[in-house]
Amino acid sequence: MKAYLIKKLLLLIPLLIGVTSITFTLTKTLPGDPVYSMVGERAQPEVIEKIRKELGSDKNIIIQYLGYIKLLIKGEFGRSYYTNRKVIDDLLSKFPNTLKLALGAMIIAIPFGLFLGFISAYKRGTFTDRIISSLSVTGLSIPVFLSGLLIMLFFSLKLKLLPPSGTGDLRFLILPSVTLSLPALATLARVTRTTLIEIFDMPFVTTAKAKGIGELKINFVHVLKNALIPIVTVIGLDFGSYLNGAVLTETIFGWDGIGRFTMEGIIKRDYPVIMGCIIVGTTIFVIINLIIDILYHSLDPRVRLYGKNR
Amino acid sequence: MGKTGKISLYLLVFISLLSFSAPFISPYDPDKIDLDSIKDAPGLHHLFGTDNKGRDVFSRVLHGGRISIIVAVLSAFLSMGIGLVIGLFSGYLGGKIDTAIMAVVDLILSFPALLLAIGVSVVLPPGIYTVMIAIAAVGWASFARLIRGYILIVKEAPFVEAAKALGCSQKRVLFIHLMPQCIPLLLVLMGLKLGGYILTEASLSFLGLGAQPPAATWGSMVSASRSYISSAPWMVLFPGFMIAITALCFNALGDSLRDRYGLKIKY
Repeated sequence: MKAYLIKKLLLLIPLLIGVTSITFTLTKTLPGDPVYSMVGERAQPEVIEKIRKELGSDKNIIIQYLGYIKLLIKGEFGRSYYTNRKVIDDLLSKFPNTLKLALGAMIIAIPFGLFLGFISAYKRGTFTDRIISSLSVTGLSIPVFLSGLLIMLFFSLKLKLLPPSGTGDLRFLILPSVTLSLPALATLARVTRTTLIEIFDMPFVTTAKAKGIGELKINFVHVLKNALIPIVTVIGLDFGSYLNGAVLTETIFGWDGIGRFTMEGIIKRDYPVIMGCIIVGTTIFVIINLIIDILYHSLDPRVRLYGKNR
Repeated sequence: MGKTGKISLYLLVFISLLSFSAPFISPYDPDKIDLDSIKDAPGLHHLFGTDNKGRDVFSRVLHGGRISIIVAVLSAFLSMGIGLVIGLFSGYLGGKIDTAIMAVVDLILSFPALLLAIGVSVVLPPGIYTVMIAIAAVGWASFARLIRGYILIVKEAPFVEAAKALGCSQKRVLFIHLMPQCIPLLLVLMGLKLGGYILTEASLSFLGLGAQPPAATWGSMVSASRSYISSAPWMVLFPGFMIAITALCFNALGDSLRDRYGLKIKY
């Protein structure tokens, strides 16, 4: 287990080097020069030269990249071109907000998704199943920005129950969390349904029934235990959709998290911010995948971490 | 195909026909500014109302749909083409090449797709071609993974052995004998993926990274009108619902195609 963990963590290094070098090269070839947006188009050429020198953007691109890596090793992501604040400070102060939003969405999506998927599988072929299945396809088809705007229109502009936008306590958190949870909830309900239907048909369920075990125990102990692996996979993989959705949801609801920070960085072509966000996003991703791998191990003894088929 | 699948297909054909004949059937010029009728509610003169510059929302929705649908379909074909070729080689050749390709595929599949697409559309100048490249840069991976898995099974089939025994070259076995086997699979995956591509295109346009003004797509219309949501909700609702309905039809069609061919597709 330890060796496996170390191997996984070592794999992080080439991944991060790859991500940093690719994004760095790409962002450098971007159209638009950040120096002009800092001083305006009509600035004196000397002023522009001076700022270029300060930023180091007059030097060779490889030297710029090496300088960036050096900073990264020191735990620095550089300073924003606009606010002149350290990117790492902003990321650290905004990260808890995104985490709150993602957790809020998960708290809504996981129980409801599992519940709906379970009901749908248990009553498969019935009217209830058809209603739930159509609802979950619909949930997958509504873009997050539309559901966000509709939720905002209804709950805060018409009913005036909750604030439409801003960052703050629970009242501000509810609407964006609900918005963000919808696609994840729909995916989870669909996967739970197909997984459970497969398992209901397995011989061990018939055996359990033949042995006279109560229906409740079969459903919640025998079936659910076997369904956990694919469901945990989906919950983990879906973290990507939370990050996707976070960009849109945070932009719409004015939630001060990493998603909005990324978007603002992109619009202003604030390279250190974009790079910092992408690197932090990738790192979070790899760590989550690692956690899922470890969860597999404890959930299913059949998964051999050193096995040939891995 | 089930009833749901058929209805979705007819609706899609209807939406596409309307969008593609937009220049002939739209009642107004989509970009014509009319300051006398700003934010008119939906009615007889303007079916879907007008926007903050007096432009006819119905005409804009029709014209916008053309771009949205073309972009989604072309990106699906682009993803499919790249994924098919890579998947074929990966599955047929096996070995280290296969392992390396699948590592890249896994990486892309586990990465937040929209972020990756945003990354691509930041680097290239915003526009519809960039959106297509951005979608395909992420989309090929699921096609490659599926085709590769299928080829691994099919390449052991007797007809492949027979083709080899008859002296077919590797290229011929791969492209003449194996590739046609993948067609139903590709069809199903296309249906399943197109709904997602419609949403990705809409999201990128919403963020201002898609087609540039004055051209409108459904996503950019929602984005441009979102500050008017309480005073003129129709400006948001009509293009927004068009995105949702089109995506829903593609998803439902994909689902029923999958059930019809009895395929198990998780990605």
